[in-house]
Amino acid sequence: MERVLSAAAVCLLTMGLVSQGVTAGPVTPAEVKISDGEIKTSLTGSAGSAVKGREWFKNRKLGNCLACHVNSELKEEQFHGEVGPALDGVAERWNEAQLRAIVVNSKIIFGEETMMPAFYRDGGFTRPLKKFKGKTILSAEQIEDIVAYLRTLKE
Amino acid sequence: MGTRVISSTAAKLAAAAGLAAVAAYATVALAGPNDNELAVDGQKYMTEVPGAKDGPLEKVYSGWRFRNEATQAMQLDDFDNPGFTNVETGEQLWSTVDGEAGKSCESCHGDAAESMKGVRAQMPKWNEAAGKPLTLEHTINNCRTQNMKAAPWKWESNEMLSMTAFIGLQSRGMPVNVKTDGPMKAWHDKGKEIYYARVGQLDMSCSGCHEENYGKMIRADHLSQGQINGFPTYRSKWQKLGSIHRRFKGCMKNIRATPFKVGGDEFTALELYVASRGQGLSIETPAVRN
Repeated sequence: MERVLSAAAVCLLTMGLVSQGVTAGPVTPAEVKISDGEIKTSLTGSAGSAVKGREWFKNRKLGNCLACHVNSELKEEQFHGEVGPALDGVAERWNEAQLRAIVVNSKIIFGEETMMPAFYRDGGFTRPLKKFKGKTILSAEQIEDIVAYLRTLKE
Repeated sequence: MGTRVISSTAAKLAAAAGLAAVAAYATVALAGPNDNELAVDGQKYMTEVPGAKDGPLEKVYSGWRFRNEATQAMQLDDFDNPGFTNVETGEQLWSTVDGEAGKSCESCHGDAAESMKGVRAQMPKWNEAAGKPLTLEHTINNCRTQNMKAAPWKWESNEMLSMTAFIGLQSRGMPVNVKTDGPMKAWHDKGKEIYYARVGQLDMSCSGCHEENYGKMIRADHLSQGQINGFPTYRSKWQKLGSIHRRFKGCMKNIRATPFKVGGDEFTALELYVASRGQGLSIETPAVRN
């Protein structure tokens, strides 16, 4: 009974969104607009979850941001990388729109030389492994979660 | 602080005391190689040499210098070095007759300590008949199929790893000395192109980690220069010896790139180029890494 009700609720919610003119599904990588080093609006149309973002940040198969960045907020994790800059206080150095752009495709902000992968790009790679071909490293939702988490990193 | 030779006993004690502290969170930045000196049975190894004048590296370091003392210790004493199980197998295979010609390696090459001395240090080496450079694995299989009339060994088989370890050991302590001129030039340049090419979903190159960021931690890994002077190398991650091409393949998969074929021209060119970046380092076969 509960399940039926919740399914109905989802239907109503979806119809509600459609009627308000919000497109179904997130912005695709090709549709992302970066201007002046910023992506002003959420890729999903809604705010991400900082709690989930914290998980993706340390997850070795997803963001694995910790592979390259020190982050004191995750001090329970033993190993922090040193390849990129420390992310302590990153929310004070970049605004939300800039953080989103950096996670989506940092090369547009830092230049082609940066080692940082583009986390929301699905093509243009050389010799990608078959199972990752045509795919982004993170989903739009995960990008928003990480952006929400990065916004909490204040000194 | 000067260099020091760590004894394997000291290192074992340190390991027992919990070497986790070596890479403890953020507070210990292992910026660069450590200062330990590699010596086995009184013989010293060059783990640090000046880079080529017009080369990319000011100093060339063996990967041994980037490992923690517990891992380093395993290479200080041949009795503690797990790679020597394969060396013994290789020594037996050396004198084992195989194939229709009724020959063993020994039948033609005699005492490996003499005939194989220096071989590893020059690999990959130009082979006129093949019209291309051959790795040690290629050379062994050529001998097997053409001279012994025996079946080739699989690249990553226990037999091949044992033979490359045994032959490699005969060059231990000798400087890496690969040729990059003449017909090797094109292969060197091809290898260089691969080394600097950004590939895979992570869009990274060999140089991104091993030239620009060696000495830094990438999560739990201490990035080395990716030198190949100790192959085949025993890796604790593998729990066995592995070939250079296996290591290349693993790195490429880490950056979510489709690896080149093990034993193929691309990896042979890359092997030559990477070897050339380590000219002068002592051969450490079989080295121990993590």
